[in-house]
Order: sequence, then C-alpha cells, then structure tokens
Amino acid sequence: MIHRVHFTQLAGVLLLTIACSHAQAESAFDARLKNLEDELRCLVCQNQTLADSNAGLAGDLRREVRELAQQGKSDAEIKDYLVARYGDFVLYKPPVKPTTWLLWFGPFAFLLGGAVVWLAVLRRRGATSGEANPPAPVPAAPSTHEARARALLDEPSET
Amino acid sequence: MKALRFVLPLVLFVVLVGFLWVGLSRDPHEVPSPLVDRPAPAFMLARLDDPTKKLGPANLKGQVWLLNVWASWCVSCRVEHPLLVQLARANIVPVIGLNYKDTTELGRAWLADNGDPYKLSVVDADGRVGIDWGVYGVPETFVIDKNGVIRYKQIGPITAESLQQKILPLVRELQKS
Repeated sequence: MIHRVHFTQLAGVLLLTIACSHAQAESAFDARLKNLEDELRCLVCQNQTLADSNAGLAGDLRREVRELAQQGKSDAEIKDYLVARYGDFVLYKPPVKPTTWLLWFGPFAFLLGGAVVWLAVLRRRGATSGEANPPAPVPAAPSTHEARARALLDEPSET
Repeated sequence: MKALRFVLPLVLFVVLVGFLWVGLSRDPHEVPSPLVDRPAPAFMLARLDDPTKKLGPANLKGQVWLLNVWASWCVSCRVEHPLLVQLARANIVPVIGLNYKDTTELGRAWLADNGDPYKLSVVDADGRVGIDWGVYGVPETFVIDKNGVIRYKQIGPITAESLQQKILPLVRELQKS
C-alpha cells in the first residue's frame, strides 16, 4: 500500500516535471522567436518590426520564421533566408559592408573631423594670444576712468 | 584661409542638400530586390484554370516571359489590368499570373469580370512562392529572360510609362539575345 502511494506520487511529480520543462522549452523558443522578429523589419509597414506588425505578409513571415526555427535553423540562417529574398532592408541592424561604411563609420568620421577643427581653433587661439596680444595693460586708476566717462557723457551730442 | 571659412560651410550645405534631394525623391516603398539578376526561384504550382495541371519556371525556359503577381482582393491590380489586357492583345510576351493568397473561385471570377490577360495563372494560396520571390506589395511584375534569370522587377502597378520605357524595351532586347 505504502509502495503504491509512493509510486503514484512519484509518477505525478515526474509528469509535472516533464510538463514544466516542456512549457519552459516552449517559452524559451517563443522568446527566441520574439527576439528574432524584433530585429526584422516588416516590408509593408516599414517602421514596424515583424513582431509588431499586423500586416498579412508579416504574419506569413512570422510563420516562415517559426517553421525554419523548428527545423533547427540558427538565427543567422533565418536572417540569411529573409535577406536573400527581401534584401538587407529586412534587417533593422544593417550589416557592415562597403556600401554601408558611410552609415556605420560616417558619424565617427564627423566626430573626428569636429575634433580636428576644434583642436586647430584652440591651437590658433593659443598662438595668437601668445604673440599678437601683449599682456593686458595695467588698468588705470579707477578715478581717471570715471572722470573720462563723465567727460564723454557730458559732452553735448553733435546732432 | 579666410576664404575657406566661408566656402567650407557652403560646400557642406550643398552636399547636405544633395543628399536630401536624392533621399527625399526616392520612394521608400520601393525596396530594391536582391533577386534581380538571379535565377528565378523554382516552383511547381497548380494552374488556376485546371488545378490538376501544374506549371513552373522550368516549363518556360528558352523564352522571355513576365510573371505578374495579382489577387482579386488587390485594388491596385485593377489599375494596371487594362494595360496587361492590351499587352496580351499585342502578343509580344507571354504573361504568367501568380494568383497570390486568393481563393480559386474569387480568382476565376475576377478574371471573368475583368478579362484574362494571362497565358496561364498559377495558384499560390498560402503565399509561400510569393515569399520566395520576395513579393511584398501586390501587384508586382518580374521580367524573366530565356535562361530563367530575373532581369527586372516592378513593384506596384505597371504604368503606361514603365511599360513603354522599361519593360517592353527590356523584353525586346532579351528576345533578341
């Protein structure tokens, strides 16, 4: 009797474990698909990802992605499959290649250019302040300044 | 050095305007297809008129042909349809229809109502062949050469202009070779 109870309990636990691990595998698979679909562009509504889009084609492509994943294809292989049909445009993250160099490295080139200009300006400023501008003259006594200002203000205007 | 200070921003501005000019005059919905100049993806699909018979690009080797993707639910297909009917009458090049994500009844009824410019239509009910051909905006039209290589893809409806300036000159050139 005791043995029998043990056996049913064991079987129950086993079944539960199997069910849980299955569900876990399922959700891991779904998470992987979701990640992948988030990196792919829907061609119909171009500012939406495949995961977000309600377009008919997006549904078909999701089905295709799921089937390829179920066949054991890697993410890279699935992306290649779509790129072969729709071009790099389906990828939200464009690949690095000669035609996209400007896109990838352009901002850094601009940053570098900006830094060069900035340094040049700084250097020139440093150079001019060193040579052309003599050390600032010692300010005259405040009283003479004030007197001069007063004189200028009191001067009758010419017009 | 002084001049550079004024010329450089002007040059940069002109370059920027150039980029914007080109970028903004492009239609972002026309994504260039990687399939142009590649062999046409193979398929073997049931014919719309007789589902017991099948047709694929393999049957059409040795001739220049057009593949036109259409559907009864597709509004723009109605726009280009008269041009296709005219083209069929002129008998210049065979046009094969790919009835995309449609039902056989609706597809047949549509052809009965609007005229059938196709030499044959094949049925791609679940849109899988469409995916293989990179179809994303019906109607689309492909020009396939004698060796079974896609030479041109028109996204969206054919216009009189695109037919006269792009498709027909290309077809004639390919037929000569």
